[in-house]
Formats: sequence, C-alpha cells, structure tokens
Amino acid sequence: MSHEIEEPHGAAEYPPGEEEGSVGQRLLGYGVGLGLAILLTATSFFVISTDIFWLPSIPVAIIVLAIAQMGVHVVFFLHITTGADNTNNVMALAFGILIVLLVVGGSLWIMANLDHNMVPMDQLMQMQR
Amino acid sequence: MTAATLAHDELYQKRIRTGFGFWLFILSDMVIFSCLFAAHAVLATRTAGGPSGAELFDLTNVAFETAFLLASSFTCGLASIAAAERNRFWFQIAMAVTCVLGLAFLALEIREFAGMIERGAGPTRSAFLSSFYALVGCHGVHVFAGILWLLTMMAQVQAKGFRPDIQRRNLCFALFWHALDIIWVAIFSIVYLLGVAL
Repeated sequence: MSHEIEEPHGAAEYPPGEEEGSVGQRLLGYGVGLGLAILLTATSFFVISTDIFWLPSIPVAIIVLAIAQMGVHVVFFLHITTGADNTNNVMALAFGILIVLLVVGGSLWIMANLDHNMVPMDQLMQMQR
Repeated sequence: MTAATLAHDELYQKRIRTGFGFWLFILSDMVIFSCLFAAHAVLATRTAGGPSGAELFDLTNVAFETAFLLASSFTCGLASIAAAERNRFWFQIAMAVTCVLGLAFLALEIREFAGMIERGAGPTRSAFLSSFYALVGCHGVHVFAGILWLLTMMAQVQAKGFRPDIQRRNLCFALFWHALDIIWVAIFSIVYLLGVAL
C-alpha cells in the first residue's frame, strides 16, 4: 500500500497553504504573487522617495499599499481565498483582523485622548516644584 | 469505500486539521505583533531629544532586506510545490536558497542594529527606540527561529522522505515563513517608510 495522500474528490475543504492544479499552474500562481508584491513594494518606496505627491496623502497611500500587499500575500502565498472550500480559514482570518483592528485602533484612540488631556510636561515639572 | 481509501481520507482530514490549527497559531502570533505595532505607533514621535527615524533609517538597506525576504517567500513557495510533487532534489535546492536569503536578511538587520547602537541609538535611548527594537527585534527572532525550523525540515526530508507527518510539518513551515513576510510588509511600511516621512 502506498502512503500517497490522494485528494478525495469533492472534498469539503482544504488546509491553508494548499493549492490545486498542475505544477505549471502553481508556479504561475507564485510568480503572479511575486510580481504583484514587487510592484506594490516598489510603488511604496517610490512614493516616499519623490516629492511630487501632496505630503499629507503619503501616509494614507503607504498604508493602502501595505494592506493591498498583505492581501496579495494571503491569496497567492498562503492560499486563503474566499472559495467555499476555505470557510474555516477565512472566518479565523476575519476574527484575527477584528482583534488586530481593536488593539491597534483602540490603543491609538485612547493614547491620543490621554495625551490631549494631559498637562504639558514642562508645566507638570513646575507644579511639582 | 475500501479500507485504503478510508486511510487516505483519514490522512487528508488530519492534514486539514493540522493546517487549520497552525493557521490559528499564526493569527494569534499576528495579534502579539499588533500589540507591538500599537505600542510603536503611540511612541513613534517620543524621541526624548534623541535621534528620530528620519535621521536613523537607511531606506536602501530596508529595500535590500525587503527584497531578500520577498524572494525567500517565493522560493519557499517553490519548495512547497517540490514537496507536493515529492521531488527531493528541487525541495532541498529551494529550501537551501530560502535559508541563504533568510540569513542575508538577518545579517543586514543585525548590521543595522549594531550601527545604530554604535551611534548611541540603543534601545535605552528613548521610548521610540525601545518600541522599535521590541517590534523589529521580535520579527528578527521569528526569522531566526524559522531558519532553525527550515534546517530541521531539510534534515527530516533527507532522513525520512516525504512521509505524511513530514509533509504536514512542511505545510506548517511554509505557512509560518509566508506569515513572517506579511509582518515584514507592515514593518517596512509603518516603521521605516512612515518613520522617514514623519
């Protein structure tokens, strides 16, 4: 008996990181992912290194490009897609993103608020004298 | 259904469970990183009179680190294809290239840290630098652990071949390595590029 793992036909789901298709198709998948990632990375570095863009728009552009590149990595390298065979992985990812947004957004919001309400440091030193 | 098909089905189900479990671990690791990111975002401008990101960061160095890590993610994908095809030769080649690229990334990062500490910008200098070393250093430690795991997988495939349990470990390793690259995307965008722009 061989120890090959045959993918059963009509399997309900796939593990994350698994991809179907011939070797050529899979190579093409990683190649497309690499190309898109290089394009997005190069754009990010270009946006920072030139001064042709309106300054306040740069942080937004960098963050949008970063999120797009993470999406490319998730789809082309991790193979977490929205297909019906991938529901558990996507649900876990959605929960992870929710927690990350709560932690980062909540920290920034609360700390900015505290900072805003705090007496400036030099005045605080004066009061303690 | 024959006994053999049942055994295959069982192994396949186990592979799905292992992958899903490891995916949950990666997501929890991302939550840990999000806490470090939140701390860095809050403290990024608190330089206590010390050097700021714009004075310290060398974007050429960061571009090379990014290129090495992205290329290693690609070769790790090639290793996954070779593992699925049970081609030991190309698996070992792709893993070796991944290892070299990972080591090149670590070497650049260690050189950068050493250069900064030499200029008096160590983790004790300011809150900004403490959060910087905690975040980027934590990623570097992950890459180091990933390289140790990578070498283990090369040895295991060489000694034991593509057994189902080894293949499950390969799957987990690939997930781990790709996840490290995703975290690096956030680091070079938020810490370095925005650190220079601010």
